[in-house]
Amino acid sequence: MLNQLSISELTAKLAKREVSAREATQACLNQIQAHDGELHAFLSHDVSDALAQAEAADQALAAGTRHEQQPLLGVPIAIKDVIAVKGQPLTCGSRILGNFNSPYDATVTTKLRAAGAVLVGRCNTDEFAMGSSTENSAFGRSCNPWDTTRVPGGSSGGSAVAVAAQMIPGALGSDTGGSIRQPAAFCGCVGLKPTYGRVSRFGLVAYASSLDQIGTFTRSTRDAAVLLHAIAGHDAQDSTSVPQGVPDYAAALDGDLKGLKIGLAKEYLLGGLDAEVKRAVETAVQQLTRLGAEVVEVSLPHTEYAVATYYIIATAEASANLARFDGIRYGARVSGADPIELYANTRGVGFGPEVKRRIILGTYVLSSGYYDAYYLRGQKVRTLIRQDFLKAFQTVDAIVTPTTPSVAFKAGEKSGDPLQMYLQDIYTISCNLAGIPGISIPCGFSANPKLPIGLQFLGKPFGEATLLQVAHAYEQATPWHRERPAQV
Amino acid sequence: MEYEAVIGLETHVQLKTKSKMWCGCANSFGSEPNTNVCPVCLGMPGVLPVANAEALRLTVLTGYLLNCEIPRFAKFDRKNYFYPDSAKNYQLTQYDKPSTANGHVDFEFQGGTSRVRITRAHLEEDVGKSTHFERNSGVDFNRAGVPLLEIVSEPDITSADMAYEYLNALKEILQQGGVSDCDMEKGMVRCDVNISVRPKGTKELGAKIEIKNMNSFSGVRRAAEYEIARQIGVVSKGGKLIQSTRRWDDVAGITEEMRTKEDAHDYRYFPEPDLMPFEPTDEWLAEVKSRVVELPSARKARFMTDYQLPAGDAEVFKANVELGNYFEQIAKQAKNPKAAANWVINNLQAKLAETNEQSAQEQAAMGLEPADMTLLTLDSLKFKPEQLLELVGLVEAKAISSSAAQQVFAEMFETGKAPAAIVQEKGLAQVSDTGAIEKICDEVIAANPGPAADFKAGKVAALNFLKGQVMKQSKGKANPGVAGEILERKLKG
Ligand SMILES: [Zn+2]
Repeated sequence: MLNQLSISELTAKLAKREVSAREATQACLNQIQAHDGELHAFLSHDVSDALAQAEAADQALAAGTRHEQQPLLGVPIAIKDVIAVKGQPLTCGSRILGNFNSPYDATVTTKLRAAGAVLVGRCNTDEFAMGSSTENSAFGRSCNPWDTTRVPGGSSGGSAVAVAAQMIPGALGSDTGGSIRQPAAFCGCVGLKPTYGRVSRFGLVAYASSLDQIGTFTRSTRDAAVLLHAIAGHDAQDSTSVPQGVPDYAAALDGDLKGLKIGLAKEYLLGGLDAEVKRAVETAVQQLTRLGAEVVEVSLPHTEYAVATYYIIATAEASANLARFDGIRYGARVSGADPIELYANTRGVGFGPEVKRRIILGTYVLSSGYYDAYYLRGQKVRTLIRQDFLKAFQTVDAIVTPTTPSVAFKAGEKSGDPLQMYLQDIYTISCNLAGIPGISIPCGFSANPKLPIGLQFLGKPFGEATLLQVAHAYEQATPWHRERPAQV
Repeated sequence: MEYEAVIGLETHVQLKTKSKMWCGCANSFGSEPNTNVCPVCLGMPGVLPVANAEALRLTVLTGYLLNCEIPRFAKFDRKNYFYPDSAKNYQLTQYDKPSTANGHVDFEFQGGTSRVRITRAHLEEDVGKSTHFERNSGVDFNRAGVPLLEIVSEPDITSADMAYEYLNALKEILQQGGVSDCDMEKGMVRCDVNISVRPKGTKELGAKIEIKNMNSFSGVRRAAEYEIARQIGVVSKGGKLIQSTRRWDDVAGITEEMRTKEDAHDYRYFPEPDLMPFEPTDEWLAEVKSRVVELPSARKARFMTDYQLPAGDAEVFKANVELGNYFEQIAKQAKNPKAAANWVINNLQAKLAETNEQSAQEQAAMGLEPADMTLLTLDSLKFKPEQLLELVGLVEAKAISSSAAQQVFAEMFETGKAPAAIVQEKGLAQVSDTGAIEKICDEVIAANPGPAADFKAGKVAALNFLKGQVMKQSKGKANPGVAGEILERKLKG
């Protein structure tokens, strides 16, 4: 089945002309057709546009273009619906954007096109990437392909489902507090959040600008390396992107772990962690030792403040970022007698409850008289959290942690309790506050029901190559990433 | 009790950049609505700002021109408020870490020099422009994202007239410094005035009242005059003023309350996460500093000292930089700089204006818009500055008469020929040879016995008539001074 090939396997076959990009794309479209009614990974997909791109890729292949020149030539890729694709809908999982179609391409979209990718569809997301279950999508939740009564995680749940359910070999998501790594863990795929500034945010609809980063979903770390390489790099249109060269991540994968020091964060293995998850992580740590790594305990003492800090900074930024959705220039509009009433009507109807909650929180923490106690203090704690990591990285090359406190939970289980939902991100959030890279890979399954467990590696700023190398070594020594949900 | 006004100004000036502050759209006036726009300045989902390097340079340049400190760390902040002309519903501005701070402007006022301290000049973005129709409203975002400098003064201004002179001085500095065209009609300068009053001699500030919506400097002056009188009227009757914002009605000539402190906005400023802080390097600052021009007030003082010019002439050269530069090209070699200044101001400037006025009429008749017309400039004159200097020299040396000089100048302006050549060609050289002039004087006295007798009888004015006759007979070439002396000698003798 062509849709089950990894990016690396597919490009090998495309290069040999054993398969065509059109066939591969059609196989993905067929899988979407067969399963998306149930799983709802996609908010929209444009079949004729995808096939036209695939045919163009086939022509380029026929004309002799090689994957050394365009590494993703003919490879179907899906994109989370918070990233702009010219001429395609951009909903952000919200009603407030109405029938908005993006008039421009995000930089990552431009880069994917330049690399020859076939852009297939727009993946479901919690509204404006705010959530950990995809239940906050205004257009209905996505379902976990391992158990459709469970959530796939979020906010990039649609991208994780699409990859795990074999609908697409790779997808882009965005990660503000764990929105790539947590759904990757819940769905059993590889989710990579790069260093802040590694990938351009131009064209990513901002949730929390200082935390957001675009990253990848794939079925292997090798594919993560290839996809990251295609989208990374400095962008003059994003002042926060960093002018630093992009290494050949795939070429760096095959080193062994001898001489590498991996830190085990003691604060991450305390109460609240599910026993099966804990056991899987401990087993994985033993595996890393067998592979030659030296595992030492490290301390990240400010970890307990991470969730609170995140919900101050992220909501503050979000309250301003989402102010532009006002019904004046684009998107849905509900009229009013004056502009203020129009805003209230439009935003009252257009935004869902979680988005409203975060806008209100963010507005509050920035308000006169509260700024110092919340926002300013949050920024100071953020600095301490980053310093925790930088200090740990003076002695270790990477840090290993569970990705989530538990396996995928039931739909509706936590949606009535925002705080429980926020605690889902307890192991992933510090990474965004510190601006460092993180990756989640499969490291086992719960027994009954069988649900994926994620292992997280955190790395030094711009240390993606090391992260991928460690993850790859572990992946090569374990069977987990080869498992597929029974239904698909 | 006597009261005094305490006035501070917040002046918004559009910077002279090719493109907008955060995107590549043109920074130009007068285009069709919403034609100079893109996803960035329309606040589309997902866009990011990229700071315009020239706007940052012009901001720091302004800092230098206004004698400011240039902090090594500046940043942008989001100022949050909902308004239809604001594309993002927040405005990017420099809140607590501006690019310039603690400067001053010196300017002439009431015969002396006054100083107004500058709190800060910070960079921000302009918003769109709303237009209200019968049933709908429209917003033109062409102006949204245009770089805007907000220049905040300390409350050092004590009268409406002083505010007016401060604004003129500021405008002259910014225009000559290449920072802004300061075209009021195109909305390039807007200002808000903060006014309070207090009993003369006291230190404590009264309730600060902000006046908005003045669209000219004279509007600012009128609004300030009105508001000072109004506030004094209130407090002298025992009334109390509260911090508030008022709107100037230019037609009615009054200010009206818009809002009080109670319903002031909470702008919820916080650092813009999409932009890095601005930390200029030594090289960058040096490059900006190299663009600093001489301040107009310093220039005027220098022209008065270096060239012994009267204040009036120096004022002309202060206001008209090109003309001043032209003058300076010849002033150093001029034996009499004042005479050279007269020629530049009275002859050259007038002739240039006259020529261009005529030329503009002709080009307009051909259907050209003012922007497309080719007009004569000081750089494109047919003659060189040294030739004007030569002409002034000929007059000073009495080699030609002043009326002949006018002819020579007209010819030089037309053809670019050297003055000496023109004098020779037209035979305009002044005759100072007493023998030749004596002969003419004898003839004139003989031909005009009446005036000659009048002069002898004590009518001094009669001499001028006789002198005129000598000039006429010599076809203007006789040196009038010499002719006068000879006539006087002959008649008195
Ligand atoms: Zn623009």
